[in-house]
Amino acid sequence: MGKVKVNRSSTSIDMTPMVDLAFLLVTFFMLTTKFAPEEPLAVDMPTSVSEIKLPDTDILTISVSKEGIVFFNMDGKYNREELLTKMGEKYGVEFTPQEVHAFSLLSSLGVPVGNLKQFLNLEPEARKMTKQPGIPCDSLNNELADWVIYSRITNPKVRIAIKGDRDAYYPAIKSVLTTLIDKKVNRFNLITNMEKGS
Amino acid sequence: MAEISSQGGGKNGKVRSKKTSTRIDMTPMVDLAFLLLTFFVMTTTLNKPQTMEITMPEKPKQEDQQPMVNEKRVLTLVLGENDKIYWYLGITDPKVNVTNFSNDGVRKILLRENGQIKDMVVLIKPADESKYKNVVDILDEMNISNIARYALVDITAVDKELIKESNL
Repeated sequence: MGKVKVNRSSTSIDMTPMVDLAFLLVTFFMLTTKFAPEEPLAVDMPTSVSEIKLPDTDILTISVSKEGIVFFNMDGKYNREELLTKMGEKYGVEFTPQEVHAFSLLSSLGVPVGNLKQFLNLEPEARKMTKQPGIPCDSLNNELADWVIYSRITNPKVRIAIKGDRDAYYPAIKSVLTTLIDKKVNRFNLITNMEKGS
Repeated sequence: MAEISSQGGGKNGKVRSKKTSTRIDMTPMVDLAFLLLTFFVMTTTLNKPQTMEITMPEKPKQEDQQPMVNEKRVLTLVLGENDKIYWYLGITDPKVNVTNFSNDGVRKILLRENGQIKDMVVLIKPADESKYKNVVDILDEMNISNIARYALVDITAVDKELIKESNL
C-alpha cells in the first residue's frame, strides 16, 4: 500500500517520421550531388571578395597551372563531340567515332591537336598517367585561339572562364588574355575562391 | 521488436493463424539512411566557385583616336616580385614608392589618392615576375576602393627602368 506505481511506457519509439525525413534528405542530396570529373591538373585558385557565382552550364574553362601549362575544357557532351569534329576538319585530322566519344567524356585537355589522336586512343588509365604538355598559345602556334573560336561557333552561349593558379606567373596568364582579346573576346570571368575572413 | 512468437499449434486441433507483430525493427535501416545522408551532405559542394567578371578593352584599330588623359590623374601600379607593388603618380619624372598588399599598404594609398584626385585613372602593370594572385588581388582592391577607371596594361621598358633605378 502507498507504493507509487511507476508508469512504464515502452522505450521503443516510433521511428517512422524520422526515417521518412532521413530518406527524403538522402534522396535530395543524391539527386543534387554532382560528382566533379577528375581533373588532370590541380589548380589552387586565388581568393577574391567577388560574390558572383559561376553558372553551371555553358562554360568554357581555360585552366593555367602553376607551371604555366594551359588546359582547355568545355562542358556539354554533344557540344564537345561537335567541337572535336570541327577542330579535326581545321587541322586535317580525321577522328573515329570512338575517339570522338572518348573526347566527349574527358575533362580538361592539355594536348596539342597533333598528339590528340594518339592521346585519345590510350586507355583511360594510361591517359591519367600521361603528362599533358599543355595547349600551345603563343603567337607562332596558337591552338588555343582555334579551340576558343570553334567552341563559340559550336555553342554561341558559352561563357569563358579563366581558372589560373595563384602562383602562376603573369606572362602565362597574359598569353591567354592576349589570345582571347585577339579573338575579340573582351568579357570573361576569372574563377576565384571565397575570401577567407580578412 | 521483430520477435517471433513461437506458440506452436493450438489447442483443440483448431488452427490458429500466427499473429506476428507488424512492427519491424527499423534501427538498421535508420543507421543506413543516416550513413548515406552524412555521405551526401559531406560530398556535396555547396560553395560554388566565385567568379570575377572583367571586361578588357577591344584592341585599338590603327585609325582609332585614343582619348588623352591628363598625366596628373594617372596612378601607376607596377606589380613586382614577392608581392611588392611599386607605385607612382604622373608620368614625367615620377617618384617611385613601394608598398604591399596588406590593409595598410595599397588600399590606403588607393583610398587616399582617390579622394585627392578627381577622376583618377589607375594603370595596373604586372611585371613578368608577378604572380596571377597579385593581379586578382589588385583587381579586388579596385572593387573594394570603388575605383571606376582602371586598366590592366602591359609593362613597358620605361617602367622597368624606373623600378630598377628606384632600388626599392
